[in-house]
Amino acid sequence: MATIYIDNKPYVVKDRQNLLQVCLSLGFDLPYFCWHPAMHSVGACRQCAVKLFRDEKDTRGKIIMACMTLAKDGIRISIDDPEAKKFRAGITEFLMTCHPHDCPVCDEGGECHLQDMTVMTGHTYRGYRFRKRTHRNQYLGPFLHHEMNRCIACYRCVRFYCDYAGGRDLNAFQCGNRVYFGRHEDGVLENIFSGNLAEVCPTGVFTDKTFRRHYTRKWDLQTAPSVCVHCALGCNTIPGERYGTLRRIHNRYNGEVNGYFLCDRGRYGYEFVNGNRRIRGPLLRGPGGGEARPCTRGEALSRMEEALHTPGRLIGIGSPRASLESNFALRTLVGKDRFFSGVSERERKLSAAALEILQRGPARTPSLHEIRRADAVFIIGEDVTNTAPIMALTLLQLVPCKKVALARSLQIEPWDDMSFREAIQQECAPLYIASAAPTGLDDEATRVYHATPDDVARLAFAVAHVLESGVPGMEGLPENVSGLAGEIACALKEAERPLVISGIGGGSLSMIEGAAAISRALRSVCGKGELSFLFPECNSMGLALMGGRSLAEAREVLREGDADTLVILENDLFIRDAKPAVEELLKSAQHIIVVDHTHNRTSERAELVLPASTFAEGSGTLVNSEGRAQRFYRVFVPDGDIRESWRWIQDMISISGRGEAAGWKVLDDIAGAMAREMPEFEAVTRIAPPADFRISGEKIPRQPHRASGRTAMHAHTDVHEPMPSDDLDSPLAFTMEGYGGQAPPALIPRFWSPGWNSVQAVNKFQQEIAGPLKGGDPGQRLIEPAEGVKSASPDKIPEAEGLRPGEWLLVPLYHTFGTEEMSVLSSSVAERVPAPYLALCPEDALSLGIGEGEAAELIASGEAQQRIRVRYLKGLPRGVAGLPVSLPGVGMIDLPQKVSLVIPAKTADTGKV
Amino acid sequence: METPITKNIRAGNGPPDLKSYEWAGGYRAVRKALTGMTPQAVQDAVTASNLKGRGGAGFPTGKKWAFVPMGAEARRPKYLVVNADEMEPGTFKDRLLLEGDPHQLIEGAIVSAYALEAEIAYIFVRWEYREAARRVARAIVEARGAGYLGSNILGSGYNLEIYLHVSAGRYICGEENGLLDALEGKRPIPRSKPPFPQTCGLWGRPTVVNNVETICNIPHIVNNGADWFKSLSRSEDGGTKLYGASGRVKRPGLWELPMGTSLREIIEEHAGGMREGFSFRAAQPGGASTEFLPKEQIDVKMDFDSVQKAGSRLGTGTIIVLDDRTCPVGAVHNLEMFFARESCGWCTPCREGLPWVREILWSIEEGRGEAGDLERLETQCWQLAPGHTFCALAPGAVEPLQSALKIFREDFDRHIREKRCPWK
Repeated sequence: MATIYIDNKPYVVKDRQNLLQVCLSLGFDLPYFCWHPAMHSVGACRQCAVKLFRDEKDTRGKIIMACMTLAKDGIRISIDDPEAKKFRAGITEFLMTCHPHDCPVCDEGGECHLQDMTVMTGHTYRGYRFRKRTHRNQYLGPFLHHEMNRCIACYRCVRFYCDYAGGRDLNAFQCGNRVYFGRHEDGVLENIFSGNLAEVCPTGVFTDKTFRRHYTRKWDLQTAPSVCVHCALGCNTIPGERYGTLRRIHNRYNGEVNGYFLCDRGRYGYEFVNGNRRIRGPLLRGPGGGEARPCTRGEALSRMEEALHTPGRLIGIGSPRASLESNFALRTLVGKDRFFSGVSERERKLSAAALEILQRGPARTPSLHEIRRADAVFIIGEDVTNTAPIMALTLLQLVPCKKVALARSLQIEPWDDMSFREAIQQECAPLYIASAAPTGLDDEATRVYHATPDDVARLAFAVAHVLESGVPGMEGLPENVSGLAGEIACALKEAERPLVISGIGGGSLSMIEGAAAISRALRSVCGKGELSFLFPECNSMGLALMGGRSLAEAREVLREGDADTLVILENDLFIRDAKPAVEELLKSAQHIIVVDHTHNRTSERAELVLPASTFAEGSGTLVNSEGRAQRFYRVFVPDGDIRESWRWIQDMISISGRGEAAGWKVLDDIAGAMAREMPEFEAVTRIAPPADFRISGEKIPRQPHRASGRTAMHAHTDVHEPMPSDDLDSPLAFTMEGYGGQAPPALIPRFWSPGWNSVQAVNKFQQEIAGPLKGGDPGQRLIEPAEGVKSASPDKIPEAEGLRPGEWLLVPLYHTFGTEEMSVLSSSVAERVPAPYLALCPEDALSLGIGEGEAAELIASGEAQQRIRVRYLKGLPRGVAGLPVSLPGVGMIDLPQKVSLVIPAKTADTGKV
Repeated sequence: METPITKNIRAGNGPPDLKSYEWAGGYRAVRKALTGMTPQAVQDAVTASNLKGRGGAGFPTGKKWAFVPMGAEARRPKYLVVNADEMEPGTFKDRLLLEGDPHQLIEGAIVSAYALEAEIAYIFVRWEYREAARRVARAIVEARGAGYLGSNILGSGYNLEIYLHVSAGRYICGEENGLLDALEGKRPIPRSKPPFPQTCGLWGRPTVVNNVETICNIPHIVNNGADWFKSLSRSEDGGTKLYGASGRVKRPGLWELPMGTSLREIIEEHAGGMREGFSFRAAQPGGASTEFLPKEQIDVKMDFDSVQKAGSRLGTGTIIVLDDRTCPVGAVHNLEMFFARESCGWCTPCREGLPWVREILWSIEEGRGEAGDLERLETQCWQLAPGHTFCALAPGAVEPLQSALKIFREDFDRHIREKRCPWK
């Protein structure tokens, strides 16, 4: 610890930090632009100037930049020094010389860091009387709007996009005050983290283009703490609503999870909430199928009663994208043995295996924050960039410990971003990737190994064996593979915090077991190492914890006539299983009830469709890949009968004449019931303050105290101001009245603090800058490895397996934009979704004589033949073909599996589909 | 009077080729240093010679070198970079050395690199110096052919490669750290110090950046010793200096003279005095980024300390003379136009302040000046002072302005008062 003096008062602060970070952590208002808590200091904007004094007698002092100065013991500075204040005001005046002052028409207005800092420095009158320099704006794709004239050249955008997120198509051009931030030409920004520019940019140069289409001021947005539903990482978000429309998603800082950034799928996937495929009211369909007709809630309930009249004839299909509470309600309705997890047999098996490994230990599943500190990583079979983007962003930041030590030996602290990068020469921590197909992180990897899933697993087992005994110890392992195994083992062993990542995405149990074997070896030999499994969807982990049988088994139960009524919770079965299998399942049910928020092929088959809330209209709990349970809260009250799924199911339980659900008045009740029934969910009752929590007797308002127009919003129908809806489920209220101070971390509906209207207000909510939120980062871990348990019996090492001629191993491919079911319904994301394709390595395609863009017939056993265009994918192993998972237009095939390909005979119009 | 660094240069002739350079005693220093001296001994000789950097800042070369980690533990490769990105307006001294005697530069680079135990040297040449680049490139080929470059040079076990890099052509590339960025293929932005390049420079490795003229002095120091070098000078700083003069003097040009020759002697004797009808009003002693010295200071000795005491900087030692028939406001505007254009755009005061300064000066020159403009300019000078900006470009850019506001105050006032330029 160091004692520093700020305006002659002593403060005890952490060692080795810079003065700006220290001052902000201490709660001082010191303005800044180029510094960013995640990207650190570069000293460009000169805004955080303070006065440095040699000692107590020094009265002159000199101006220094707080962000570039080490807060070393005994240092004396002044923030209030008149000269420092004059300097800071002067810098703001400089920044504003060519700024258009177009706040009234700027999307950033009201949450603009430049506005806040201008007010903070006291610059009010502009002395610059000359012509302003102007720029041309660019088209940057569906996510971001570009308005370069507002730029104050803080360089944050390029530092985030290129240095932090690894992007290549945004840069600084020109020099002097003509410096320009954009692409080399108009076009779509390719990096999947581009949307963060809207939050990183301190003013309105990069703004959310989707928000712009239905724009409203920040102070008019109704917001609530939420959790992203577009992958299994559970990034914390702040969705904003007005007039019943979800307007945008902002990042909600959680030190343990997403930190400061979101991926573009998470930020822009929200539009499905407003989409025209939403189920907005109950629908009935006649026995013969056909068009469904809207019905009243009463009608729906009576049809429900008919369908549910025979007890014991019911089965329920849960969902990895529905909340724990909704899944639990369904499980209660149908009973434990008749609850099916609603995922494919393969996924259920892999999830259960991964979960068991994590519960058994000894390796622990790390949070994203902990992953940030890893210094050697081996990824087995997951395309992290496309299945869990923010984890990939985290992995891009890893720096080997010895490099930090090297920099420190040169008197460079990691926060001195430019010098630090120069000293370590962008050298990342060792990152090894073994997978069946190329992944988004391949370019960043130390070494990459592409082979069939079984061969990848064999490499993993070989690594484990090297760790344990020093040799790969496997028959028939090619020399290059055993060499690689030795190299990986060495890197993991040398690291202080080695990390193994695998997941469900590779579709291979042996890869998961291989990853487990390595982490076990690391733990037993070196006593270190963490293990992270990626799950596919926002509540896949929660569903795995809840158990439930697979869809294939549901089919079996129906086929055997043990059930006739199917209740499907928020699930499109056609993306879970092959079409013929799903058809069989649906056909064997007499009654199908679907509770969902969005129409899909499954809901089209239901005789009763009940409108469920999305994450924005309901509250609930999701469990992320780490095993962290997190609460999301209703952002706004939807029109009509849209309710949380568990409330519909609660009706079904009551209608069946049972009493289990009678006590479920609010979310806490059902969560409590769940915790009693399944002790693994006990911590869920502690993830947030209960619904009756109040501060000074008040609820926490979802609307800012500056929200406008509430007496006018409904004036066209009624001049009387309506009573605000009550929220029984949470301590949050749908009004602007209530407790104005800082809410407990799990209940923070937005970051705002006096003088801090932009996202940077998060500074005021943290215990220290970039540290945990005051009161601790929200969420509760449900999985901790069992202690003292020795490893189970050794896993079976897969045999190296060849392919027969004419046989192809089809493996899954993932796309940030395209793989996830809900986000593709968002119009902005849809623009980025690729057309369906089948990937072949160029060599294979050449030997087949098929050109890029030409069609091939894909024949998988027991499934319909698909005709699909071929795309060349370098890095795919010979004999392996890739198929994008869940991409719109691609039929569901259980992957990986062996398939055959038929190349249609070429005619005059070659390859035209 | 000895003129060691220009002795091989003959006006109108091409540069000496390897043979003639060797015949004139060239590459003796390489032989002497590599076969008879330790790197430390070379460093000691340079330190003892009191050679100060000729790029403008005048930092003692020996001291600069001493910060480089030496021995087996130093991180490698180490680099020597010769800064030949001469782009300061009014400065053209390095060009003479590059075009006139490229082998001298190569020899200096070899000896300097040896002193630093550097394995790789770059010669970073200004984009516009095409002829210089051609001649240096040829000299490198010749030197390599003769075994002065490559591995095991002259059987000493020392290895060195020299590469020529032609800059992309921006003033900021001549700034020590901007130069390193440019060499790395990045956008040239000065870096924060510390760390200094000597410990963390090119590609994060120990690096020394020296000016062309500095490097050209090294072989002579090695050959003749520190005492000889000091004896060349008329001041505390060792050696000779290339002085230049431009402006309305009779014979604008470049002369190698003892360090500490007076400004008067350079202008009146070597440059032949002012042209008919013009009289001396002030001068910038060392390029566009140095403060004006008024007529009263004409007897100042042109060495680093003396010029500093007189209120300016020796800089590059190439004098720009301002005569009595040129508008000082227009002259300063012309300078600021250059600096505003060449700001890299990294830090706010320089990026936004210099264009503003340029606009105010132009409006004063055009007769649109307003009351308060001069105070505004003074504030800008403060805001762009050393330490307030990221690198030395902006403080250098406002040095002439700051002095002009003092020396030519009445001229500025007249412009604003009369709403016109009195020289037009």
